[in-house]
Amino acid sequence: MADTIVKPPTEEDISRAEMLDLYRLMLRIRRFEESVYRKFHEAKIGGYLHRYDGQEALVAGIIPQLQLPHDKVLCTYRDHAHAIACGTTAREVMAELMGRATGCALGKGGSMHLIDPDRGFLGGDGIVGGPIPVSVGVGFALKYTGTNNVCVCYFGDGAMNQGGVHESLNMVGLFKLPVLYILENNRYAMGTALGRSTGQPDFILKANAHGIAGEVVDGMNVLTMREAANRALAHIRETGEAYFLDVECYRFVGHGIGDDNVGGQKLYRTDEEVEEWRRRDPLIQIIRDLKERGYISEEQIEAIEAEIKVEVEDSIVFAEASPEPPLDSLYEHVFSE
Amino acid sequence: MAKMRYLQALRLAMTEEMERDPNVFIMGEEVGQYQGTYRVTEGLLNKFGDKRVVDTPISEIGIAGMATGAAMVGLRPVAEFMTWSFAMSAMDQLVNHAAKITYMSGGRIKCPVVFRGPAGVGTQLSAQHSHSLEAWFAHTPGFKVAMPATPEDAKGLLKTAIRDNNPVIFMEHAGLYGSSGEVSEDPDFTVPFGVAAVRREGKDISLIAYSKGVAMSLKAAEILEKDGISAEVIDLRTLVPLDMDTVVASIRKTHRAVVIQEEWRNAGFAAELATRIYEQAFDEMDAPIQRVAGADVPMPYAKNLERAAIPTEHDIVAAARRALS
Ligand SMILES: Cc1ncc(C[n+]2csc(CCOP(=O)(O)OP(=O)(O)O)c2C)c(N)n1
Ligand SMILES: [Mg+2]
Repeated sequence: MADTIVKPPTEEDISRAEMLDLYRLMLRIRRFEESVYRKFHEAKIGGYLHRYDGQEALVAGIIPQLQLPHDKVLCTYRDHAHAIACGTTAREVMAELMGRATGCALGKGGSMHLIDPDRGFLGGDGIVGGPIPVSVGVGFALKYTGTNNVCVCYFGDGAMNQGGVHESLNMVGLFKLPVLYILENNRYAMGTALGRSTGQPDFILKANAHGIAGEVVDGMNVLTMREAANRALAHIRETGEAYFLDVECYRFVGHGIGDDNVGGQKLYRTDEEVEEWRRRDPLIQIIRDLKERGYISEEQIEAIEAEIKVEVEDSIVFAEASPEPPLDSLYEHVFSE
Repeated sequence: MAKMRYLQALRLAMTEEMERDPNVFIMGEEVGQYQGTYRVTEGLLNKFGDKRVVDTPISEIGIAGMATGAAMVGLRPVAEFMTWSFAMSAMDQLVNHAAKITYMSGGRIKCPVVFRGPAGVGTQLSAQHSHSLEAWFAHTPGFKVAMPATPEDAKGLLKTAIRDNNPVIFMEHAGLYGSSGEVSEDPDFTVPFGVAAVRREGKDISLIAYSKGVAMSLKAAEILEKDGISAEVIDLRTLVPLDMDTVVASIRKTHRAVVIQEEWRNAGFAAELATRIYEQAFDEMDAPIQRVAGADVPMPYAKNLERAAIPTEHDIVAAARRALS
């Protein structure tokens, strides 16, 4: 089914400016996550915390190619990166994580429920598999209203074992809806390795079984990711039919705060394995590629780091200075006006 | 007797019942190799092996159905939901299958299954991870519903649940897992269903609670005592079956009551409790029953809003004062 896609873009198709943008976006996400982690341990951020370190290419390689806010993005609780890539400011994200009135959900959602509909971001979802049934409706509406837009729906390898996922993929295949599925296949669902959670880890086979074409992608390299995404998006916009990318990736840190200590992760993976994947760090790869092409100098690398540091620090100052939501907002938003 | 934490008491109950009955087995997400999300099942995989401690995919419908089916043909599954908030997709297997098969079969099928896991509000886990859903299950004929408030009851009620021939909804409270207390180490010790406990005797007002509400009520009773108000605290232990005898006996003494739940106020279990008190002891009441409950909103994330949405001992004190004014 994969041969229905249009010709992949060649290396020349990406300009220096675009490559630098990819690098900048991925680094912003990495540095943001690192600072969020610090703030969590300073008790400025509560609840659960799921970081995207290592998986940056999955948002950087896709979301900038979208026509936001007309295209739509849905994702899991591991959603900070998606918000930032959709254009939600570091300030709005940090303020939400700190439960402030200036956050993107006015402090009501928190880390797992970042959302920014004005920018096409329909939010994170705390329920494993939860966004996939919703993606059917979003795709349906995009088709219904006669647009050429696409719903991009991210979810984890663990979510593939939810019943609702299979009902939904079948409906998307049946109704031929414009949804791009991004399986963030980081090999683990909490402590459960892929091989311990499914009798059939060939996810493309499962997508195909529902009439959806797809392919496996190396998600550790943002250029590869970007090419695959562009092919998939072109396919969807041309045919109106869904596409499924099983993206090979890895989370460098624990699932969440619960196994964020090394001991926690030792229950299910080895240090050596983590190290091996860290050698494929998407940031290392893009820096290498930028340097190879003579697109970046050491001074520029430092300047970008400094610029991002300012942005992240500013978001923290902004969030910490922001007020908590007013108490009388407790009963607001249960219903729309 | 030994001092242990609530979660250890749960583990001890499962260990003893697995040793007693080879048909008892444990299943759920991360219960084995990962040692349990909240460490409730820690060590059980090593002790009993992967035949009896089964790690499942993240498939709540499958978990509920697998446990129900296994129970229908003679096993005694103890199925963990990582939290009750994740059990909602499984409602059809639970309500339409587990809860009804005995009745629909004219009693020809037994369904001895326990569905257990943490419920209630954690800390800033926001709207999708903070549910107390006991009213949904208590509403459904065919389920027994147990909600232990102490380590000793965690053990004793879970053992009764595992030995019961019916589906039992066993709701723990994540906020109680770390609480400790004296627990019987006698493998024959159980706590029967349908027998409430008077946790503190009093004569002016009855505070009727379950799960985490009991500890809150005991704190409220201490505060009230400073004002010379003597509050009786009743721990229902199981919502189905419900021990109205103990409740009514308390009302006959105090003539006033506060009913307490953490879940949403509207159509919650406290409403059922209050109605039963009115039905059975209206003439005994000297004041309207007061209700303490969670706010009728999806749980907000922000600390200050979350605090405003969940009941505390101070809300119980205020409710008691209203009943006494
Ligand atoms: C229905 C449901 N069951 C269980 C959970 C608890 N839980 C949260 S994340 C997670 C693991 C999900 O793994 P995966 O889908 O691979 O995504 P990843 O975290 O690796 O990005 C689990 C079990 C949940 N949130 N929702
Ligand atoms: Mg995963």
